[in-house]
Amino acid sequence: MLAYAARRLVLAIFTLWTVTVLSFVIIQLPPGDFVDAYMAQLSATQSNVSEQHFESLRRQYALDRPMYVQYLKWMSGVFSGDFGTSMMWRKSVLDVIGDRLAMTMVLSLGAIILTWAIALPIGIYSAVRQYSIGDYVFTFIGFVGLGVPSFLLALVLMYLGFTLFDSDIGGLFSPEYQLEPWSWGKVKDLIYHLPLPAIIIGLSGTAELIRVMRANLLDELRKPYVITARAAGMSERSLVLKYPVRVALNPFASTVGYLLPYILSGSVIVSVVLGLPTLGPLLLGSLVAQDMFLAGTIVMMLGALTVIGTFLSDLLLMWIDPRIRFGMVQ
Amino acid sequence: MAEEHVITDSEERIFVAGQMQLMWWRFRKHRVAVVATFVVVAFYVVVLAADFLAYTDPNTTEAYRLLMPPQPIRFFDNGSFRPHVYAVSGKRDLKTFKRVYVADPNKKLTVRLFARGYKYKLLGFIRTDRHLIGVEGATAAESLFLLGTDEKGRDVWSRMMVATRTSLTIGLVAVALSLVLGVFLGGISGFYGGAIDSVIQRLIEILRSIPTIPLWMGMAAAFPREWSVEQIYFAITIVIALRGWTGLAREVRGRFLSLREEDFVTAADLAGCSRKRIIFRHMIPSFQSHIIAAATLSIPAMILAETALSYLGLGLRPPAISWGVMLQQVQNVEAVALSPWLLVSAVPVIVVTLAFNFMGDGLRDAADPYGI
Repeated sequence: MLAYAARRLVLAIFTLWTVTVLSFVIIQLPPGDFVDAYMAQLSATQSNVSEQHFESLRRQYALDRPMYVQYLKWMSGVFSGDFGTSMMWRKSVLDVIGDRLAMTMVLSLGAIILTWAIALPIGIYSAVRQYSIGDYVFTFIGFVGLGVPSFLLALVLMYLGFTLFDSDIGGLFSPEYQLEPWSWGKVKDLIYHLPLPAIIIGLSGTAELIRVMRANLLDELRKPYVITARAAGMSERSLVLKYPVRVALNPFASTVGYLLPYILSGSVIVSVVLGLPTLGPLLLGSLVAQDMFLAGTIVMMLGALTVIGTFLSDLLLMWIDPRIRFGMVQ
Repeated sequence: MAEEHVITDSEERIFVAGQMQLMWWRFRKHRVAVVATFVVVAFYVVVLAADFLAYTDPNTTEAYRLLMPPQPIRFFDNGSFRPHVYAVSGKRDLKTFKRVYVADPNKKLTVRLFARGYKYKLLGFIRTDRHLIGVEGATAAESLFLLGTDEKGRDVWSRMMVATRTSLTIGLVAVALSLVLGVFLGGISGFYGGAIDSVIQRLIEILRSIPTIPLWMGMAAAFPREWSVEQIYFAITIVIALRGWTGLAREVRGRFLSLREEDFVTAADLAGCSRKRIIFRHMIPSFQSHIIAAATLSIPAMILAETALSYLGLGLRPPAISWGVMLQQVQNVEAVALSPWLLVSAVPVIVVTLAFNFMGDGLRDAADPYGI
């Protein structure tokens, strides 16, 4: 068991490292260095730009040194909480990001919880009542959910919301709470606005999970122990819920690993469409403006969120699946 | 004595049928998949004949026809069959400063088949100016708007035809690239095993655990502004394929692992076949149908990736036309509310994604020898 956890941990750390390297590559990708771009931008808006300021910036980020030194310099900054400066906002990257990271986490977590909450009962229903009308309906919805990309769904719902209910479904807060500091009212407002974007983001994941749940449960339901229990007179309800469902539950934990990158990806683009105050729109804005430290940091944070989430789901899987706990599965 | 089994005609046909023949028989039974295949084929017909199906040059802007709503073709004129459209004139509403268009029922423009329009090369080499439809007595750019016009006065129908060509070929090119990488790396991984297998498997796990859209956005944003449409097109396919190969590689590896222990491979090895011959002559033919199914299932993801990137303004850029580029114009509620017909480019995206998914599912089921 410990070996399993340790191996997962090593892989997570290694992935995290790859994420930082990729983020650094993204920062380096645009032609010219960051100070050149900054200088061009500053001289476009201000007349007196001091050459010394740029020299000190160059030294700070070791731009005259080889690439790996620059990477190490950036990483040591990251570890001490300094993610670099945002050119566009003239503030430190952390200040610009503010509570958007937390918002992204809330939204993704909400999407995952909704995904589970919807997929679990539907998956059980579809398996137990295989080939019933309900099963066909859910299968169809599931296929549509797989086929319709989340941002298009957001667009279409936005249009329907506008024409049918005359309301703007975008945003995570009502206008009156937008700039307010946090309060109970604002939290309630957030809870009220959260489900729709969360469902949009989670839809394709939900569709996938329903299919996996249905298939797994169908396999379990055909096994002899189910027939034995039924023959022994166990009620159908507790029979299904107590044993086969528990075995079929594994994908719920194990799919977090691929659900999370999926949901974070989806959250980025859906947030842009719906104008949600998460990392997504900020990432797009920073990329368009070639504000690379901000963009790189956001990519790194999204990557880190995924890696940590995946690692936690591995631990969860270990907890619910005795086969892994006792080292029977590699 | 055991009873003798009589081999019927149909059974004999099954015994002698090749792998592809068996697959085809099983695929045919999957109704939805067959319908989906027809849909996909229809889309690729549009790809081949995009310019013929369009009737206005997709890049022609018509300043007096901005954001025109779709205009219906009227098929009957006083009871007789004569397809026509009403001539329209646009004015600016002085209160809202929006352009409003009024159709004039007295001025009828006949719509006819195989009309002359802008010049293009059919299939890339036949010079012609015939289009499927056109109008008489006026240019199509001023009078025919099946799906309305966009904010620059360009015809949405014609643009959608050309966009279909871009979006659907980008999916194919990206899948082809992924396939090359996936078969190569997955093959090495599955055939040799050991350390090299671990390295490739960890690489796949890492790539799969990073959220793709932010990563693609980061890479796509770095394409220089001065790059031509073609350069960006290929750069995008490469960026998409960099992540896309992982799924196919897993599939190939799995097949190699399960086939490696099969008797016919051992037999080939004992008979002195070279590794190359074992792989290409014995192993690949036995799982190529699975790979085709897996590749089909991965095409929609590629199309969606391009659409998403272009929608965000980081993928293809105008003057290139793709579904994503067209959707760029509906970025917010205002645009959606004022010109909902611009959302029409979302329809082919959804239809083609579903069609590929159903077709891929059917292929996968058909390729599975143990399926029912």
